[in-house]
Amino acid sequence: MSQKTPIVTLTGVQKYYGDYHALRGITANIGQGEFFSLLGPSGCGKTTLLRSIAGFEDISSGQLLLDGRDMEGVPPNKRPTNMVFQSYAIFPHMNVAENVGFGLRRSNMSSEEKRRAVGEALEMVGLGKYGARAAHALSGGQRQRVALARALIMKPKVLLLDEPLSALDKKMREVMQVELIRLQREVGITFILVTHDQEEALVMSDRIAVMFEGEIAQLDDPETLYRRPKSRRVAEFIGMMNFLPAQVLPTGPGGGRVALDVAGLGHAELEAAQCPNGATIGAAEIGVRPESLTILYEGQSAEGGREAEGTVREVVYYGDMTYYDVLLDGAPSPVRVSMRNMPGRKVLDFGARARLAWDPRSMVMFC
Amino acid sequence: MGEVAGIGKLMRSEAGKGLTLISPTFVYALLLLAAPLAMILLLSFWTQEFLTIVRDFQLGNYQEALSDPIYTALMLRSLRISATVTLVTVVLAFPVAYYISFHVRHERKSLWLFLITIPFWTSYLIRVFLWRVILAYDGPVNSGLLALGVIDEPLGWILYNANSVVITLAHAYAPFAILPIFVVLEKIDRSLLEAARDLGESRAMAFLRVTLPLAMPGVLAAVLIVFIPTVGDYVTPQLVGGSGGLMIANNIHAQIFAFNNRPMGATLAVLAMLIVAMTLLWGISRLRFWLWLADRMGGGMRGGAIALGAAVAEIAAIRVAFSAAPGLVGPEAAIIGLLLIVSAGSALILTRVPKGRWGI
Repeated sequence: MSQKTPIVTLTGVQKYYGDYHALRGITANIGQGEFFSLLGPSGCGKTTLLRSIAGFEDISSGQLLLDGRDMEGVPPNKRPTNMVFQSYAIFPHMNVAENVGFGLRRSNMSSEEKRRAVGEALEMVGLGKYGARAAHALSGGQRQRVALARALIMKPKVLLLDEPLSALDKKMREVMQVELIRLQREVGITFILVTHDQEEALVMSDRIAVMFEGEIAQLDDPETLYRRPKSRRVAEFIGMMNFLPAQVLPTGPGGGRVALDVAGLGHAELEAAQCPNGATIGAAEIGVRPESLTILYEGQSAEGGREAEGTVREVVYYGDMTYYDVLLDGAPSPVRVSMRNMPGRKVLDFGARARLAWDPRSMVMFC
Repeated sequence: MGEVAGIGKLMRSEAGKGLTLISPTFVYALLLLAAPLAMILLLSFWTQEFLTIVRDFQLGNYQEALSDPIYTALMLRSLRISATVTLVTVVLAFPVAYYISFHVRHERKSLWLFLITIPFWTSYLIRVFLWRVILAYDGPVNSGLLALGVIDEPLGWILYNANSVVITLAHAYAPFAILPIFVVLEKIDRSLLEAARDLGESRAMAFLRVTLPLAMPGVLAAVLIVFIPTVGDYVTPQLVGGSGGLMIANNIHAQIFAFNNRPMGATLAVLAMLIVAMTLLWGISRLRFWLWLADRMGGGMRGGAIALGAAVAEIAAIRVAFSAAPGLVGPEAAIIGLLLIVSAGSALILTRVPKGRWGI
């Protein structure tokens, strides 16, 4: 992905609000046609970064290139970016078509061409017949689509989306996620999405930058981010992860592999790639996803004999899935296990004994 | 018995409770607003002979008020002065409101609004008197300008005429214009302005295309708040207006207290009220029509020019009609007829042309 020609180049971008250090040296390249997400908790600087790219905030130091051009001192109306605002910012005194055509005033299209462009943009977001509708008569999802059409009609090099789905209900959000992916493929321009919803970022993005306290903690594609988080903090932020204390053993098997004793699970051997910040002999911590642990039913046994036993401490039934909190014998705190509910799989009761199968390949280790 | 039960039931119902709740206020409003209005209306159809009111219904007062050119002239001057005051006040108030809303830090806004009300701590009368001092022949304005060498002799046109009335009233009504404009500006979602900038517009164009149309309801409120009371103001014209700055309310005052002709004063008051109402109705409806026309003609420079042309032509036509009609059909019939036509036209527009993007 990163081999694509960069359309946005950020080099050591810093932003201060008085004493507050909002961006602490952001460096990243965002490729042509990429769906890029800035993910992080509120206050991590993701929106500040997006607004700096749009030109609503001046960066304090560092460099921002858009399409190879330095954006220092370039106002938002002169940048090749357009934005979908969190509140959508639909002009209340204009109808849908006037909103979508707002940015065309300065173009040298004839009024006939403008009308056609507006029609096409509305068609693209599935609002073909809504041109004459008043802005206040739109639902949340429709406002979102108008905001998208209004930005896309400008044919920006980069489309910036500031938490565009946070105001929608769950069903609508899922519809719009798919819609956004489709649109991005169709128009082929770079999308930069700001979100605090890790699921949303995983679903939609080519690459995700996870941000904490004004810094990028990890920048990777969704799968790497999920399978190989580089720090405990990223691991906790992306999905659910269990952490168990472990001891790195001095008797390594060699070949870059690490041997360790995990509380409640037993002996495990990990690849070097599973230890993002290296391994030193002594105390460490392993992380394992709930879906990587499996409950064994009667008659089943784990491959390679990697079994552990414990007591069910909590049962959360979700319909398609059941989540168990299992306190493994010898572990200090329970681990969460997610099991798909299938015929023949009985939902375990609270307090029952359970056998778990585990796989060292799905683990990551943090020192 | 049945009747009493019925009343009890009514009192317990939702509607009954509502009526009971508002009734003290309602009675109060009736006594203080409706009753005096009705009295004045009634009085305007009577006549006065020395100290006694003759309670015979007649239209003589109205006939006199509409045919005597002195009343027409005073009314027109009142409208003209008030319109100027309104224009000056709103044009000066807008930047102040804009500054407070957009450039003053959030926690300082209340302080600013509070400071704006400081002139109100002194009596209205004292403020008017102070303007008399400030604008006087040897007052600070003239002596200052003389000292600076801007003028060779004191300006005569700044006191005891319509200009001084405009200056004094514009100052007195400034907070009333600033507040409603400030309120609408505060309500404008700032991301709308960012969106306009993001879509390629400069700051100035974002203001014209987004801020100004969204602020129009507040501007309109400011216009009404300033225009309506200033037409009826008589203290300021009395104190700083000289003879050239006298307005209709001064005449109403004179009729009632000096000429001992209360029915005539009542007649003028009723007419002034009607004319102010019609003028506003006309103004709002025409504004709506012209803005609608501007949009309909494609907006932008072209639409604006067409609408402006229509407005100028229309005002010219009305002026010709008002000056020519009295000679043709007599003064009373002409004024009544033209006012009716203008109001009917306004009402038609207000019901037929929808409220546009400018919120008018």
